[in-house]
Amino acid sequence: MIIAEQKPIQEIKAMIAGYQKVLIVGCDTCVTICMAGGRKEVGIIASCLRMALQIDRKKPQLIEDCIQRQCEWEFVDTLKDKVDGVDAILSSACGVGVQALAERFPNKPVYPALNTTFMGMPNEHGLWVENCRGCGNCGLGRFGGICPIARCSKGLLNGPCGGSQNGKCEVSKEMDCGWQLIYGRLKTLNQLDQLEDILLPKDWSTDRDKGQRKMFRGDVYYEQTV
Amino acid sequence: MTEHFEPEIVAFCCHYCAYGAADLAGSMRLNYPANVKIVKLPCTGKVDIIYLLKAFEDGADGAYVAGCLEGNCHFIDGNIKAKRRVARAKKLLDEIGIGGERLEMFNMSASMGPRFAEVAREMTERVRGLGPSPLRK
Amino acid sequence: MSKPFKDVLTSGEFVITSEIGPPKGTNIDKMLHHIELLKDKVHGMNVTDNQSSVMRLSSVAVCHIIKDHGGEPILQMTCRDRNRMALQSDLLSAYVLSVRNVLCLTGDHISLGDHKGAKQVFDLDSVQLIAAAKNLEQGQDLGGNKLDGSVEFCVGATATPETDNMDSQLLKFRKKIKAGAEFFQTQAVYDMSKLKSFMEHARQSNTKILAGILVLVSAGMAKYLNANVAGVTVPQELIDEIAGAEKGKALQKGMEIAARQIKQIKDENICPGVHIMAIGKEEIVPEILEMAGV
Repeated sequence: MIIAEQKPIQEIKAMIAGYQKVLIVGCDTCVTICMAGGRKEVGIIASCLRMALQIDRKKPQLIEDCIQRQCEWEFVDTLKDKVDGVDAILSSACGVGVQALAERFPNKPVYPALNTTFMGMPNEHGLWVENCRGCGNCGLGRFGGICPIARCSKGLLNGPCGGSQNGKCEVSKEMDCGWQLIYGRLKTLNQLDQLEDILLPKDWSTDRDKGQRKMFRGDVYYEQTV
Repeated sequence: MTEHFEPEIVAFCCHYCAYGAADLAGSMRLNYPANVKIVKLPCTGKVDIIYLLKAFEDGADGAYVAGCLEGNCHFIDGNIKAKRRVARAKKLLDEIGIGGERLEMFNMSASMGPRFAEVAREMTERVRGLGPSPLRK
Repeated sequence: MSKPFKDVLTSGEFVITSEIGPPKGTNIDKMLHHIELLKDKVHGMNVTDNQSSVMRLSSVAVCHIIKDHGGEPILQMTCRDRNRMALQSDLLSAYVLSVRNVLCLTGDHISLGDHKGAKQVFDLDSVQLIAAAKNLEQGQDLGGNKLDGSVEFCVGATATPETDNMDSQLLKFRKKIKAGAEFFQTQAVYDMSKLKSFMEHARQSNTKILAGILVLVSAGMAKYLNANVAGVTVPQELIDEIAGAEKGKALQKGMEIAARQIKQIKDENICPGVHIMAIGKEEIVPEILEMAGV
């Protein structure tokens, strides 16, 4: 899932301070699970903003709402009537949701309430970790199901660097060395031999280096009639 | 104005401890400031950040959460959860510009009537010193 | 003129290399002084590449300066700051500037340096960089295109004999050899028994291992290394030895320790050479060599 965290209140306040009526829209999917921008967080953000703006002697009208998924048109479209009546939208979804609103409502300014941080999972309650970079060419099969692109701080493909110590990364003693995890797991699986081949430089053309990535599947595609 | 300032303070009290302590303080005829308005909760684990924010939004100058002594929560760890939420709400209050020091977490048992009165005085004095909430200025 | 480093490696002579640290800025006076002092005392001078992720004068430029002054430069290249295009391009540039030796490293993480917000690259890793250099020798770039004029390098790599994860480090070590590394300069070693056990693995290949000698300047530095630098462990007795030195004599003691280790490595034939790191105090290297009798 997508992990995100709330921006500082003052940063959000600065973005919406010039508007009289603002629709704050949450998303019931990923950012609800990571407790950053769901229904409940919309309430918290709105309350914080009302107070912060009141200190500045401003009394804007903040309308709270939340939709099932901000990254699907059918849910985004349900907002239409509410959007018509406001000056701006504050989205507490991931960057995908913010952009979906911006695309659907071309005449309304849309602002992000969150910083979208990474693709990952809650490893423990309240602890989220990144484990996929979405490089577009999955090599997990070679690395025992542990991604060196996402979990080695340097994204190395041929083994650990000299900065690995006590199973930790040179970047931080809190961070596991991805390569020690890979090595340990393949050792357990008795598959260390598959690490012996030199991996050639990665083909990054499937990453985002070619610009916005698009995927097309003819069997499920149909022309939008709207 | 500050001299005559009487702060409005909301105390979120656990049914099993602080609320009982408040009752006991009353039975013991202990004086504590009338500034404190009590909201009874089944457990401080019920405290949500939005409750704390709403207290301030609706005009409180200060607020506190009073739960059972650590290790003695009737629901195992509701008071520990409350402590963490109070810590986060304090940060938000700092960000907003209201100030996290207007919010606090306390722990007491139902038999600690005098402690309840002491906490009420302590928070009232603290918030009186801080002055009215920036929202009321 | 000094001998090509490749010839020294195969001559059977005890190999000595040291380091030149490019300055942060354009004042190269001190660096030139170090080059003059070292060029006839060592077989090769490594030029660090934005060492510790701190932005400095480029290693290619400094290698060229060393060449101009009659020294034998070893170009250090890390994968942190350049993608495969820039790395190959710089290798070609180094070659036309008469640089013949290159040490391929991963490079420290960007967050350890002085441009913490910079975007790090790591398009290649050290194994792939070695292979890329070898590929250029075949007259090809990584895109599969033919070069008009190729290169010829003596390619080196690094190893960490005191690592606490020897198995996984040896995996990388084997790959570096397979990719074409002809020599290794190791991370600092202080515990000769660990160096010896590493050499038991290393001797199975033909590659030359130069043991890293990092001169201790104080007990504080030793403790810092132990706490903060991966793969380096200064044993307590060395810390005690340097701490016990008379006031103002800690550096002298550190030089003695370095000289003693070099002598032991040579006398006991543990490694075919050493790589001496004095981090900004290169002027002490000739004296250490004299003390070691090499």
